[in-house]
Amino acid sequence: MTAPTDADVVPVTVNGVEVEANAGELLIDACERNGVYIPRFCHHPRMKPVGMCRMCLVEVDAGRGASLQPSCMLPCTPGMIVDTESDLTKKAQDGVLEFLLINHPLDCPVCDKGGECPLQDQTMAYGPGESRFVEEKRHYEKPIPISDTVYLDRERCILCDRCTRFASEVAGDPLIHFQDRGSQTQVNTFPDEPFASYFSGNTVQICPVGALTAKPYRFKARPWDLEEVDSTFPNPMGDRVNVQSSRDRVLRIQGVDSDATNWGWLTDRDRFSFEALSHDQRLVTPLVRGDSLGNATDDGDELVATSWAVAVERAASAITASLEAGGAESIGVIGGANLTTEAQYVWAKLAKGVIGTDNVDAQLGDGLPAQVVTALPRNTISDAMAPGSAVVLLVDDPKEQFGTLFLRLRHAAVEGDITIVELSPIASGLGSLVTVGAHARPGDVGAVARAIVDGRTDVEVGGVEPAELQAAAAALAARAVTVIVGRPSVAEQAGPIIDAIAAFTELESVSFLPLLRRGNISGALDMGLTPGMLPGRTTLAEGGEWYRAAWGTVPADSGLDTAGMLEAAVDGSLTTLVLLGADPLADFPDADLASRGLAACRTVIAVDIFASSSVANADVVLPAAGFAEGAGTHTNLEGRLSPLMQKVNPPGTARADWLIAAELAWALRADLGIESPESAWAEIERLAPSHAGATVEQVRAAHDGLVIPRPDDAGADRPAMVSFSAPVPTEIVPVDGYALRLVADRRLYDQGTIVQHCASMAHQSDLARISMHPLDAAALGVRDGDLVRVTSARASIELPARPDRCVPRGRAVIPLNRAGADVRALIDLATVVTDVRVATL
Amino acid sequence: MSRLSPENVTIAEEIIARYPRPKSALIPLLHLAQEQDGHVADDAMTHVAELVGVTPAEVLGTCSFYEMFKRHEVGTYVVNVCTNISCQLLGGEELLHHAETVLGVKAGGTTDDGLFTIEDVECIAACTEAPCLQVNYRYRYHVTNDDFDQLVDDLRAGRATDVPEHGVLATVRQRIAGDRLAGVVPPEVATEAPVWLPDPAEERAR
Ligand code: SF4
Ligand code: FES
Ligand code: FES
Repeated sequence: MTAPTDADVVPVTVNGVEVEANAGELLIDACERNGVYIPRFCHHPRMKPVGMCRMCLVEVDAGRGASLQPSCMLPCTPGMIVDTESDLTKKAQDGVLEFLLINHPLDCPVCDKGGECPLQDQTMAYGPGESRFVEEKRHYEKPIPISDTVYLDRERCILCDRCTRFASEVAGDPLIHFQDRGSQTQVNTFPDEPFASYFSGNTVQICPVGALTAKPYRFKARPWDLEEVDSTFPNPMGDRVNVQSSRDRVLRIQGVDSDATNWGWLTDRDRFSFEALSHDQRLVTPLVRGDSLGNATDDGDELVATSWAVAVERAASAITASLEAGGAESIGVIGGANLTTEAQYVWAKLAKGVIGTDNVDAQLGDGLPAQVVTALPRNTISDAMAPGSAVVLLVDDPKEQFGTLFLRLRHAAVEGDITIVELSPIASGLGSLVTVGAHARPGDVGAVARAIVDGRTDVEVGGVEPAELQAAAAALAARAVTVIVGRPSVAEQAGPIIDAIAAFTELESVSFLPLLRRGNISGALDMGLTPGMLPGRTTLAEGGEWYRAAWGTVPADSGLDTAGMLEAAVDGSLTTLVLLGADPLADFPDADLASRGLAACRTVIAVDIFASSSVANADVVLPAAGFAEGAGTHTNLEGRLSPLMQKVNPPGTARADWLIAAELAWALRADLGIESPESAWAEIERLAPSHAGATVEQVRAAHDGLVIPRPDDAGADRPAMVSFSAPVPTEIVPVDGYALRLVADRRLYDQGTIVQHCASMAHQSDLARISMHPLDAAALGVRDGDLVRVTSARASIELPARPDRCVPRGRAVIPLNRAGADVRALIDLATVVTDVRVATL
Repeated sequence: MSRLSPENVTIAEEIIARYPRPKSALIPLLHLAQEQDGHVADDAMTHVAELVGVTPAEVLGTCSFYEMFKRHEVGTYVVNVCTNISCQLLGGEELLHHAETVLGVKAGGTTDDGLFTIEDVECIAACTEAPCLQVNYRYRYHVTNDDFDQLVDDLRAGRATDVPEHGVLATVRQRIAGDRLAGVVPPEVATEAPVWLPDPAEERAR
């Protein structure tokens, strides 16, 4: 934010004291900034003012005599004289409250909001002691479900328009609306069309009364019984949250307004994910192979409970045995993207500095190489969406996967002067807010980006017509461009995306926001949980010497990625595999390779919070602490560090991930020298080139977190950070006229472990369906709902079809990880793209 | 119950084309839906939502504001009896009571044969002619009980030719000459005054 110049300052007298307001600032905000709180219900800092509730009436003299005016609708003007405590103001507040309570049921004793209710609080502070209303109140059916998770009690509603404004203005899902306006006004949905918004939980948080309540929290606790702490939600955005618990159980997560990231919003999937934390299927004790009587035996068929000492010893001896038989290369680590940044460092140190293997990969074949991601010049979200800038989207649909970023993009597109060019293979949930939809055919996006950057826009490229190419070039011209890049489809390999990145690096003013899957993936890549890299965005070659001095040893050569490790397991050269919260059976694009690889390993050691399918087949299972059960630091897509705080204890004997690494090291007769997350961070700050100058204290103190690398040159004496070099471009695969090119993307609700362990979300995951353009469907004789056979060079699956206008011609979209059919069977990682043929059954 | 018929979709598209933004055609389209079914059916609202690009909840939000959009089936003849002050003083309530007795339904109800719906309305702006009522929004003034009985007989016999069919507000559909169309210039990009307003330059000259 820039400091206000004199012209921006408006002098205003509030209760006899002259204060400075910013030009255009609303009186209610100016007063609040200067320590005078005006009561309000409908005003919300992240939404447009509507003046619905009249609670903010204050006496204002703007030169024509004093009168009552709603301060949430009134921009400050020079010389305004405001009295928020005059008799008239008080009478107005008193009167407004009496009116608001006329139809209010006063059922506070059975209301979830009681104790934290603005209506209750303001009635106590400003209201009349008594009502003169003796007539019958309005009656409605007590709470009606307006969606799977949200209940509406219309009797309590004070018609402030917050929820409805949120739905239309912020989320763009106007599925709730005022109806029967007049003396019978109520908020409601259209009959049989629920408020099925991915963001519905936010309305519960901002409702100033108890009219909207969320199923997962209803009647679970009283606000005064809750303990709370501000923390960070471990998603790629690093949303700021307030975690609330009672009796050692997380009961609610609320969004916290951070200017830099989520602006107070959360997606329902994140907001209600706490349900999984206290699920009774959490892993609570270490498990090892044993017999059906529960005795730990090396070759038992079952997983039996055991002590940490036995489990860690088994894990350590498996690692030692592999080390002796096949060297460090026979050991691999997959996963770690959901750990805290500290735990990621500790695991990287254990793998690379103690065991000595570089077979470490936090991504499961659905990411981008760390050498690319960590080398790109990054931007912040706020700068990327500043007026006058341009954004290129080459990621999963942000609405489905990165909800709060979607809300920021949506806001920027609606309110700000930004242009958005979509290169992803299919249109995102931004719909018509996108300036140009240049939806590149999978495999061709590198060529499309190249054409846009070079201005060669006179012929069709990669399924994008010249008109779109020209529009895209025009939308990016003379603007600061931020490319938000990830992997929009696992059926398209990383090569073409990297080619697109390479093309965009040639733009005059360009920066990137790498948006990859899994919570703390940015931290994992920064901490070297990836082949060829070391903590602090440096490579083995560049930083090997430096880390060898600190750690004692560092692998000499670059190791294998997840696919490589699984193949090595199949051919017998990799014998021990550690899964760090990873479930390759469900999550690796080649399910067959994953199952053969895991089966072939002599020992699989799994560190996890749930017994996923991969974990169930492991030999040693170590239960880990989940979100809010341990402290640390989170890294978001911008490289923003923010604190993760502990609120409750892990269940059973589950332990923090960093501690598990330290114990395993100890059992391997090595001392990592780390006693706490803080000591791990101190070491990161001392060693990692990108983290120089980012101390624990600084991270904790900054309200909006701290972006690394720091601008100063504290890391000047450290190894150089990796720099981007464009690889040899990937060959373009010619189009097969009889086939559709496959896009395998992700949706918000799927069969993922967390969603499936949350009672309020599990059933929201739909069946897998194949969508294609209606004309393609017609050409194939496929109608809505028909069961079709989809065949690739590798396999064929059967699933229902759905014609969808949003899918470009010649493409077919099947979501990953949905019940019904597994699209992964079709995908061959060895080919850049997957073409499928569709036939009716 | 029913979406707009193909003929009505054609009319709807013509109506939508008159406005700079499709959404502005919402209310005329609701009239069209009411004309088709005699009331605005849920499916019609969903259809209108699709046609103008808003959600059904938004359509309902607008539709439910207006008393004269009926969201449930009503009789062929909707009879509104005024009971506001002038009419009340001159026997409006008695007239309503008489109507209820004659037709055998309470205000708000519809007769079993589906012919009549009686409603109790607030002032319909004909106070000088009190007590008064409307049948499908056509006025009847100084209504006595006998007048009312006569009216019911006439309607049953099809003799009240000035009363349009249920759902029909105007007997002629609005037609706007091409040069008087609002045009397709969204307000935010309009540079000149609309055609029906005097040209600001001319105004100044005068
Ligand atoms: S439900 Fe709550 S947020 Fe919505 S209008 Fe009513 S009081 Fe406001
Ligand atoms: S806060 Fe100003 S009118 Fe509601
Ligand atoms: S009071 Fe009946 S028309 Fe005015």
